[in-house]
Amino acid sequence: MPLTMTTKRRLVTAALLAPASAWLFVFLVLPFIAMVVFSVGERGPAGGYQAAFTFAQYANLPARSAAYWNTLMLAPAGAFLCLLVAYPTAYYLAVKASPRHRLLLVSLVVVPFWTSLLVRTYAWMYILGSRGIPNLLDMIGIADVRLLNTPGAVLLGIVYGYLPLMIMPIYVSLEKLDRRLLEASADLGAKPLSTFFSVTLPLSLPGVMTGVALVTILLLGEYLIPQLLGGGKVFFIGNALVDLFLQSRNWPFGSAIAVTLVAIVVVVLMVAMRIAWRISGTRQVDLV
Amino acid sequence: MSKWFRENAPISARELTDEFMRLKRGSVTRRHFLAVTGLGFAAAVLARQPGLFTGEAHAQEDLGSAMSLATWPNYHDPATFEAFTAATGVAVEVNVFGSNEEMLAKLQAGGTGWDLFVPTNYTISTYAGLGLIDPLDLAKVPNFDPGTQNTRFTNEGTVDGKVYALPKNWGTTGIAVNADKVKSKVTSWKEFFEVAMTEADGRAMVHDYQLTTIGNALVSLGFSFNSVKPEELAKAEELLIRVKPHLYAINSDYQPSMRASDAWMTMCWTNDGAQLNRDIPEIQFALGSDGGEIWSDFYAVPTSAANKPAGYALLNFLMDPQNAVKEHIANGAPTTDSRVLSLLPAEITGNRIVYPDEAALTPLEFGAAVTLTDPARAELMARFKSA
Repeated sequence: MPLTMTTKRRLVTAALLAPASAWLFVFLVLPFIAMVVFSVGERGPAGGYQAAFTFAQYANLPARSAAYWNTLMLAPAGAFLCLLVAYPTAYYLAVKASPRHRLLLVSLVVVPFWTSLLVRTYAWMYILGSRGIPNLLDMIGIADVRLLNTPGAVLLGIVYGYLPLMIMPIYVSLEKLDRRLLEASADLGAKPLSTFFSVTLPLSLPGVMTGVALVTILLLGEYLIPQLLGGGKVFFIGNALVDLFLQSRNWPFGSAIAVTLVAIVVVVLMVAMRIAWRISGTRQVDLV
Repeated sequence: MSKWFRENAPISARELTDEFMRLKRGSVTRRHFLAVTGLGFAAAVLARQPGLFTGEAHAQEDLGSAMSLATWPNYHDPATFEAFTAATGVAVEVNVFGSNEEMLAKLQAGGTGWDLFVPTNYTISTYAGLGLIDPLDLAKVPNFDPGTQNTRFTNEGTVDGKVYALPKNWGTTGIAVNADKVKSKVTSWKEFFEVAMTEADGRAMVHDYQLTTIGNALVSLGFSFNSVKPEELAKAEELLIRVKPHLYAINSDYQPSMRASDAWMTMCWTNDGAQLNRDIPEIQFALGSDGGEIWSDFYAVPTSAANKPAGYALLNFLMDPQNAVKEHIANGAPTTDSRVLSLLPAEITGNRIVYPDEAALTPLEFGAAVTLTDPARAELMARFKSA
């Protein structure tokens, strides 16, 4: 029987989607189901998981309220700080930098990604530790300053580590900005500053929203930076999770926290998309 | 270098150095260098003979080319593993952990890849009960001699009459203080927590380890190091959460921070205390007069080990008193083996950090098995860290 055009097209679509769907099913959907099942279970006598049906783990969530609080405060704060640093950089790259140097400058933004974040965070441990900046302060008479293992150090590490992820989407949205709009704005008598606020900024907002959502979502699951620059004291949910699986061996409680974290990320993402839609007045917004 | 070797060597040391300098200057090519020195030929021959450097004793068993060891921070002399690799051709990958709970969690989750690991006395019965470690085949560890061991430290390696683990070192958990920075005398856990909130505010460290961090908090309040009584644990939690904002870090690898004077005071194991004091005399080590931990560490082979022959080979290598004494001198943890003791220099056997007076050990307690699996202690530690 000859295939009709629509059947053929459907088969092609299915074939194209099959690898990604299989991948997502095996590595996202199945583990998530396992996590939900674990989260209503009980901790085994020596740790691990024991089958049960109870919501006790969810009832115990307030025991990690400090970690949730840290995460939900520091992740947006980190993303916002990233934005403050990234926007002028991206603006310079897209608008001011000479096209001859642009490629080089944009590559320089990406270069740090060629080294592991772990190594770069260790470097910050030495810069902020007693033999780094505090040592220089000591030379000018300011003794015993402590920078490492503070929330400030964690925030610094976050901004440093995630800055390229914020710069790139903003750069892309500024680069494809139609210059004729800026000329029109100037022709109509707008000063540069008001052109920026009424033309450039609104048109780059999709990039800004992408950057903010991307960095915030990644930060909600951050583990490494709070561990290394916070001395294991400034706890994110990611750290609480690692602790529950790799130290106290309470898999059900860890699963409950993980499920809750996923729910929070979904809510954050949905709110971010809503805001992006409203700002750009369209549904054609690429988020992440 | 023997006369025979000198005469038969393809190139003299002097000529080798000259050629190497020429290579470095770029005067000759790498190919010329490898040819003239014979190194290229040697490398080619060796590449074809994987078992060439495998010692006679291991000839009957295939040890593979790599194995994995799970142990604690600053607890081995890297030269030991280099010597083992030179003798057997097996490279040792070293994983470092800060608590027994972390090791247990990994073994329970499976897929650790460890062929040998270093559990502490109080955990062995649980590992054996859960089937995570095998009874040892002592025939494969001829260097171990039960007759020279101090059974005060080694008896917990035997469960139900079967030997599951062989002793590594014993030691204590005390207090290390940088006397240049902290003027108060800290000789008890009560003082430790007081000073952590006052003179050493922001500069004190506790272990990322329920046994010692909770245990020493309990001791400072006058309770047993091993308590699992809810009302006593509640008081310990209250103290720990009060101290937490004043701490520098919660981390069992405190040597880097102490050496850099980022931290001024820490909970400290004997071996770290000895190493720190040896290199930086102002860092002093004291045992809590109100109590604390005395421990012994063991070597055990996980049931899941992929390369048990190599695990046994390294275990046997480490049980050789000649190797154990070098490890001891480097890491500073006291030995349970009288053969090793007799080989030690007097400055180590006379070091009061390493071998304290018996009276100082009296108030100390060995960790109890119940603390490893007690859910209340596990959750207390996790709550303290996330508070």
